[in-house]
Amino acid sequence: MSRDNILHKVRTALGRSAAQAVADVPPVRLRVPEAAMEDRIALMMARVEALAGKAVRVPTMEAAREFVAGIIAGKTAVASNAPYLEECGVTGLPGVRSGIREVGELTEVCAKVDIGITSADYALSDTGTLVMLASPAESRLVSLLPPAHLAVVPVERILTGLDELFTILPNPAAQTSSMVLITGPSRTADIEQILVRGVHGPGQVTVVIVG
Amino acid sequence: MGNQVSLFVTCMVDQLFPKVGMAMADVLERLGYRVDFPEGQTCCGQPAFNSGYRAEARTVARHFLKTFEASERIVVPSGSCTAMVTHHFAELFQKEPETLALVHAMEKKVYEFATFLTEVAGVEDVGARMEDVVTFHDGCHGLRELGIKSAPRRLLAHVKGLELREMVPAEECCGFGGTFAVKFAELSGAMARTKIEAILGTGANTVVSLDPSCLMQIQGALSRAGLNVRTMHLAEVLASR
Amino acid sequence: MSVEFDQKIHDTLANASLQLAIYTATGRLKEKRIEVTAENVLPDYQELRTQANALKKHTIDNLDHYLEEFERNVEAYGGKVVYCKDATEVSDFVLDLAKRRGSKLIVKSKSMTTEEVDLNERLEHHGLESVETDLGEYILQLAHEKPYHIVAPALHKTRYDVADLFTKALHVARETVPEKLTLIARGVLREKFLKADIGISGANFLIADSGAVVLVENEGNARLTTSAPKIHVAVAGIEKVIPRARDLAVFLKLLARSATGQLLSVYTSFLAGPRRVGEVDGPEEFYVVLLDNGRTRLLPDRSKRESLYCIRCGACLNTCPVYRKIGGHSFPWVYSGPIGAIITPQFMGISHEPALPFASSLCGACGEVCPVKIDIPKVLLELRGDVKKMEAREGQNRMEKLAFRVFAWVMTHPRIYEMAGRLAASVAPAGDGKWIGSLPAPMSVGPMKAWLSERDLPPSPSKSFREMWRNR
Ligand code: SF4
Repeated sequence: MSRDNILHKVRTALGRSAAQAVADVPPVRLRVPEAAMEDRIALMMARVEALAGKAVRVPTMEAAREFVAGIIAGKTAVASNAPYLEECGVTGLPGVRSGIREVGELTEVCAKVDIGITSADYALSDTGTLVMLASPAESRLVSLLPPAHLAVVPVERILTGLDELFTILPNPAAQTSSMVLITGPSRTADIEQILVRGVHGPGQVTVVIVG
Repeated sequence: MGNQVSLFVTCMVDQLFPKVGMAMADVLERLGYRVDFPEGQTCCGQPAFNSGYRAEARTVARHFLKTFEASERIVVPSGSCTAMVTHHFAELFQKEPETLALVHAMEKKVYEFATFLTEVAGVEDVGARMEDVVTFHDGCHGLRELGIKSAPRRLLAHVKGLELREMVPAEECCGFGGTFAVKFAELSGAMARTKIEAILGTGANTVVSLDPSCLMQIQGALSRAGLNVRTMHLAEVLASR
Repeated sequence: MSVEFDQKIHDTLANASLQLAIYTATGRLKEKRIEVTAENVLPDYQELRTQANALKKHTIDNLDHYLEEFERNVEAYGGKVVYCKDATEVSDFVLDLAKRRGSKLIVKSKSMTTEEVDLNERLEHHGLESVETDLGEYILQLAHEKPYHIVAPALHKTRYDVADLFTKALHVARETVPEKLTLIARGVLREKFLKADIGISGANFLIADSGAVVLVENEGNARLTTSAPKIHVAVAGIEKVIPRARDLAVFLKLLARSATGQLLSVYTSFLAGPRRVGEVDGPEEFYVVLLDNGRTRLLPDRSKRESLYCIRCGACLNTCPVYRKIGGHSFPWVYSGPIGAIITPQFMGISHEPALPFASSLCGACGEVCPVKIDIPKVLLELRGDVKKMEAREGQNRMEKLAFRVFAWVMTHPRIYEMAGRLAASVAPAGDGKWIGSLPAPMSVGPMKAWLSERDLPPSPSKSFREMWRNR
């Protein structure tokens, strides 16, 4: 088998023996800056807008539901199983499919609807990023297949950036098989460097910040 | 330290652009330095080194080390040849600890001309005057290996009557690259023409550089294109009055 | 230099519209990189580069350790690691898997590693349909071409080229607006995603402590490739491993900035194993193919080993004055630009295209922008040395070798040097102080002729510097 052969080649080339200990990994300093919540929110919104996404802030969960209701009026939508969406009352809005736990059905629905509604486990204000961990609550496809993605995120989930994310989540694999960082709408510039949004993933991303 | 400096004019200046060497000596003497020219000098070995002939480069490097062993400080009108000594000689003598020690001693004594003026002589105004609009070409090795960016510009800024205009982009190679210029002549020529467009974009009459080899490439291409822009080494500008 | 290499360079230089396309595209990427790495925007940029370099050095110097750790963790999360030594082993693995699962259709996201082993061609040869889903790669698959650039694979194609390809292959009405062309591709590929049984991706990073594959992209096709089909196969070079998840905080900040000037790419997927109990979607099977394909060959050399630090950001291509003239297809293998010039000879053997390490003016711009601080010019110089050693062994290029021997001899004998200089000056035209456009035929040979093909020669001065100095 090539496994042993390749590992053997590697060891010989490096002058190492099997199971030889290694020195400590060079230190990586993660810096988590002090940033007031209001500043995080403002930066998050500015970054999302700069990426041609939409960012709105609403004071309460009811206001969030109202806002979402306005957006999906006359359209079809699927919502993830995130408890927060249910608490906001988003899952109960007319035209919203939710509570799907079977992959075949989920795929079919996601491929048809206009909007996918999720929450997010975290948001990163430095880059305008949504962090989504696959779980019974959040699937992969809801934020991916529909042409528009709408995320409802409570303010306390807004972190500063990657350093803070990996400080509080040093081992994402322990929690999920899939962590996705979403930074703006899907895009390509493969034809003459002209920016086109929504090539494979959602062309519209709306972030509703609650609180 | 005394005020003695040795010139290493490089083989290119010796054979093709002697006026550059004279101008450099001129400027240094005016600043009060006693200038000598070790007669045994030839080349730093860079052509062989860059062409992959390391044994041959080593031979020439050894000759350089011997020739300048007694010199206190050595000034060079080329960023590229300076970098050969200060950044690449050591690679050549990895397996010869004694020679390597000589190399490390040499590295501390060799200065590119503009850096020598600003860092060692501590001058920016050498009392030069030249009524002209010029642009400055950063030679790649001076810029990236030696980190020379502001020294020549500060020196030019003090030349009376001179206006400096920066090229866009300023830091792109002129396409010389030693034997590259002839091994890949067509490509090298295309790179030179891009450089020339940047030069023309400034409206300057004169291109100034620290490296005779870049100037040869640029002047060669300017002349081929029938353009009326001249090239000058920084030493020549600083020697004008 | 091979005739082919020379010819491709010539053809690219002679193609004015291609010249413009390459120069503008790379120029734009280059400018954007400069903007987002500027001191006032990212003050710790240089520190990040230093950290990234240290992390890569540490991992590559202990590669076997991290590969085994990675493997253990992939398996702990229910995935499987498959080591492959070359192209055949990769395609054999995929073919066998497809056969066992009865799969006919494969979707692929962008991966230079699979380009390296011609995976699509091999799979198609055995009757499988393997579809590239990155828009640029899809265009190239229809055109039967290799990527032109690591990050912008189709940068040499105009919208009209794409229109022609789509009309011919997809039988759709001709569109030339990039938005519309993109929509056409979206529609065609969406169907493939939903039908495919196997998704093959590359990997930007493999995380040893997590058994995770990290994919960085803008389009969402890599997410689809790894989410929709039942089986996910990631194909990665063994050098892609890094120790810990948190190291991503360093690499992710550098990668997108260096590649496209974004703060982060649109999607970063961190994938550890197949779907877990309770998760709603995701693949049921998860494989990571670890490919050697020549990589172990360059490990023994301590100083060239750093070539394996590359994170394929493409920044060195965009800043390279040579790449910006000769483009991607002049290069003899799938990797182009400065990184291609140093890894091709090491992966494929130096005689694959001995002229390649010489196709550089050694300007050093690549090393200056490389986010993991690979000293590309240094490696190029070492490879040049290797080429000359190989030539000496094989008795090639004897004239040049002789010329440099003579050079070294002359340069260590100052008297001879001076005489040789005088002799040359006496035959060279003085040109009345004017630069010289041509020489008499017997003199216009070799390097002189090559120089004169593009530029004028300096007139020979009446005296050398040393003569002037003596007469002072
Ligand atoms: S060598 Fe460095 S700059 Fe070039 S692609 Fe690799 S990581 Fe990027």
